[in-house]
Amino acid sequence: MIWVDTIAQGILLGGLYALFASGLSLVFGIMRLVNLAHGDLIVMGAYLILVLVTLLGISPFLAVFIAMPLMFALGWLLQRYLLNRTLGDDILPPLLVTFGLSIALQNALLEGFSADSQRLPTSALTTASVNVGPITLGIMPLLTFGSAVLVIVALNQLFYRTELGRAFRATSDDATTASLMGIKPANIFATATGIAMVIVTIAALYLGLRANFDPNIGPARLIYAFEAVIIGGLGSLWGTLLGGIIIGVAQTVGAAINPEWQILAGHIAFLVVLLVRPRGLFPRAHD
Amino acid sequence: MLTRRKLLKSSAATSLTLAVGGLAVPALAQGAKIRLGYISPQSGPLAAFSEADQFIIDGFLKSEAGANFEVIVKDSQSNPNRAAEVAKELIIDDEIDMMLVASTPETTNPVATTCEAEQIPVISTVAPWQPYFIGQQGNPGDPTSWRPFDFSFHFFWGLEDVISTFTSMWNQLETNKSVGALFPNDGDGNAWGDPNVGFPPVLSAQGYTLTDTGRYQNLTDDFSAQINAFKAANCDIVTGVPIPPDFTTFWTQAKQQGFNPKAASIGKAILFPQAVEALADQGHNLSSEVWWSPSHPFASSISGQSAGDLAGAYSAATGKQWTQPIGFAHALFEMAADVLGRVQDSRNAEEVASAIAATQLASIVGRIAFDGTGLPPFAATNVAKTPLVGGQWRLKDGGGYDLVIVDNSDHPDIPTGGTMEAMS
Repeated sequence: MIWVDTIAQGILLGGLYALFASGLSLVFGIMRLVNLAHGDLIVMGAYLILVLVTLLGISPFLAVFIAMPLMFALGWLLQRYLLNRTLGDDILPPLLVTFGLSIALQNALLEGFSADSQRLPTSALTTASVNVGPITLGIMPLLTFGSAVLVIVALNQLFYRTELGRAFRATSDDATTASLMGIKPANIFATATGIAMVIVTIAALYLGLRANFDPNIGPARLIYAFEAVIIGGLGSLWGTLLGGIIIGVAQTVGAAINPEWQILAGHIAFLVVLLVRPRGLFPRAHD
Repeated sequence: MLTRRKLLKSSAATSLTLAVGGLAVPALAQGAKIRLGYISPQSGPLAAFSEADQFIIDGFLKSEAGANFEVIVKDSQSNPNRAAEVAKELIIDDEIDMMLVASTPETTNPVATTCEAEQIPVISTVAPWQPYFIGQQGNPGDPTSWRPFDFSFHFFWGLEDVISTFTSMWNQLETNKSVGALFPNDGDGNAWGDPNVGFPPVLSAQGYTLTDTGRYQNLTDDFSAQINAFKAANCDIVTGVPIPPDFTTFWTQAKQQGFNPKAASIGKAILFPQAVEALADQGHNLSSEVWWSPSHPFASSISGQSAGDLAGAYSAATGKQWTQPIGFAHALFEMAADVLGRVQDSRNAEEVASAIAATQLASIVGRIAFDGTGLPPFAATNVAKTPLVGGQWRLKDGGGYDLVIVDNSDHPDIPTGGTMEAMS
């Protein structure tokens, strides 16, 4: 019975990783931009929610809806006025700029909020759980997983059912031709980063409710997000969810054998997928 | 206020005048100031340890003894390589007379090793003495090769104290003596779980059974494997030395999965009130080691302030709750003032080192003397032990937590504020 529990916990953990990864997957898929500051942006989102909760005295679940438009605007401006300038044939400038952004964000948060570890105020919900047959699942991990699935369904609807989604796909496939058709890649990129930041805000909510965060915790969260994106394949959002689940299950199964294997097992699963399918499980774009 | 920048500027200026004026000779007699280097993790994941630094240094420089000193502060950025680098800068560029270093083996060890190599006297604290002493040996695995240091001195408690404190806290409760352990794969976790010097031999001698699932990596997101193992072994007690975010993850998951031990004695993770507050109301009666508190019956040798007064002054100045490193940061400067007050020539490293070794100081953290009390012979030269007691975090009515001392069996002179209470 422990094995059923182990796998269930792993799947739920995968939801958290997928949530961390979806924003990254979106940005990576549309403009091939590897955002090394993604983890720090999640931490920044968590601080933003914390500030709203403290100032307005509301529940974190409400605060996240105020934080979303703010983060969207921030993402839009960030892409429009900083990251767009780094995009080009050379892949190095965006890497360097986002790496610098990551360090700047960490230190700005450290200045502003000190090194104290923080957590979003939690209610009884945090420790609540439901019994599903023989296993006990926490409400919070279930909510996290549900949100990850919702985010991915919503993003897929956006991608394949709306005009904006068509513009996203067109720009992703060939930015030059898309601009001949009257699409402004700069604006499309800015909107995409804005949407990615909305997802970052949702990830930040669960990061902050789940455990402590401090200004330096971002980069550690980035690596799993990356692996989930790569396992899933470039541009595939469902692939990202599956990638997260693969890492999550590999970690809990590894830990059940021996906790020394927990983190390593996740990385090994990632390497195995890369060996077998170098372009990930469901690559959408062919480049 | 003396900022770090101002300090650096003025120190650059003085070293210039010294260079022009000839040799930098005995500080006290010449009216020039004795230079202390101070390294601590002021940014990065360990920064919570150093929150009181500025307050302590300001207080020291304003005191009568402090008027003879100049303190040059450097940040290790919680990074051992950076700590060694700034230690070199302090020794070579700032020409310090003595080094002070605090907080975790990741900071104390690289600095102490650098100072030992450069023959600069160094006093360190806030790291259990085993990782400090054994961690700096060429071959930590071979006790016969261990050598004492000539210029490096350390005061704090050791692993044996935390083991004895935790077990006597558990002995106050009715339990089935089944202990679950959370030992991460880092310096602390490996030392605590060591089959020779860690928890396992003492626990089995006292009739406890230990469920140790193995060393996990820090910043793990899932502890269901450990929780399942602890449930299977019916553990009444949990112990370990996780980092704060990992403990929050573990504790939240444990509650979700219905694992409710009677006692949870956790090192490191719940040292600071903020970390316990992060657990909302789930932190009530968590227990931890207490190295210093406002109720410790000690007073400062510099200002005469009692432990309670110092903590009160810190809260008044910063609006924050007291934390344990405050007392030890203060004690470091007490050591500097005491030792350098007893030497003729502060630039004579041998003389300073023998003055440190001869210390008999009643400080705000208790008596500091390098006489080998409670230590194995190999560490007796370089280590002085300070008292350790056990405490529990109690939820206050208006929110927030208070740390109440509940066990003083090793140091009855430190008053308790209550007795150990079961969590569930």
